[in-house]
Amino acid sequence: MVRTLLIRGMLVGVVAAVLAFVVAKVFGESEVGLAIAFESAHEAPGAVAEPEVVSRTVQSTIGLFTGLLAFGVAVGGLFSLVYAVAQGRLGALRARTTAGLVALAGFAGMYLLPNLKYPANPPAVGNPDTIGERTSLYFAAMLISLAVVVGGFVAARRLAPRFGSWDAALLALVGALVVIGLAYYALPAADETPEGFPADVLWRFRVDSLAIQATLWATVGLLFGALTERANRPAPVRTPGAAPAPVPALAAGEAPTASGGSPVATGA
Amino acid sequence: MAHPSVLDAPVAPAPLPTIPLSELAPFALFGSLLALVLLYFVGAEQGAVSLVAGSNVHEFVHDARHLLGFPCH
Ligand SMILES: [Zn+2]
Repeated sequence: MVRTLLIRGMLVGVVAAVLAFVVAKVFGESEVGLAIAFESAHEAPGAVAEPEVVSRTVQSTIGLFTGLLAFGVAVGGLFSLVYAVAQGRLGALRARTTAGLVALAGFAGMYLLPNLKYPANPPAVGNPDTIGERTSLYFAAMLISLAVVVGGFVAARRLAPRFGSWDAALLALVGALVVIGLAYYALPAADETPEGFPADVLWRFRVDSLAIQATLWATVGLLFGALTERANRPAPVRTPGAAPAPVPALAAGEAPTASGGSPVATGA
Repeated sequence: MAHPSVLDAPVAPAPLPTIPLSELAPFALFGSLLALVLLYFVGAEQGAVSLVAGSNVHEFVHDARHLLGFPCH
């Protein structure tokens, strides 16, 4: 059961990575190119150009794809494990609704909330000397966000018997926003954009980054949900011995069950 | 409203089965370790911390790291 879900999650992650790659190629790479052009034009005079370890062509094609693929598989795998915990524990929800909620939670916790505090930066934005500090702060923000999201779901479930599901969810959401707001307030601000860096390129790069992550998480959540619903659908009630039955006779015999049987489809 | 039975009857979904946490544990351990290693190589290797010498890993996944929102350089 869990094994099936884990494999399904990782495969869905591959599909999500392919779609994210298309978005990255069509929208993101042009901003990366503009940022690198800015970087080269503003190098300290007399500085020796760094030797190119990996060519731009490789970075923007196979390198980009490999990175997105690894990320997609990791996200898909983690997603499926969280889904396995969430299934049946978030109330009487269908598989696709559960999957959608888990994906939304993952997107918020792993990307949206940490990125509102420490937004994605193209090359040339960010001081190389502070990479250690920026990395720690980014992952700290991610851990806090994930904890807040998980805490929000737990709180919503705990409050549901007393306030009803809708009001409980709203209360949990308000609580989560207050906690994340306090965390934003406490964490140091990031401002390392170099003088003269085009604001439009920065904005578009960040929107592209959002689009890539949204594509990836939406694909994971929706496709995983659809596949799980299909897998959970009860097999048609037939004796296995009658496999090579003539098709027209079978279709005619099955029709009433197929159309009238959906409300009683509870087994599996 | 006049016929509540008609509205209520058909669409109560059977609750999905919960998976016992004990059954989940080994997969969770294996899966999350694998995922964290992958995330580490895409998101952080040869940036703030470095397990493999040089900068090939960083440079190879460079564009993905930037576009996925991880701090890069
Ligand atoms: Zn970089």
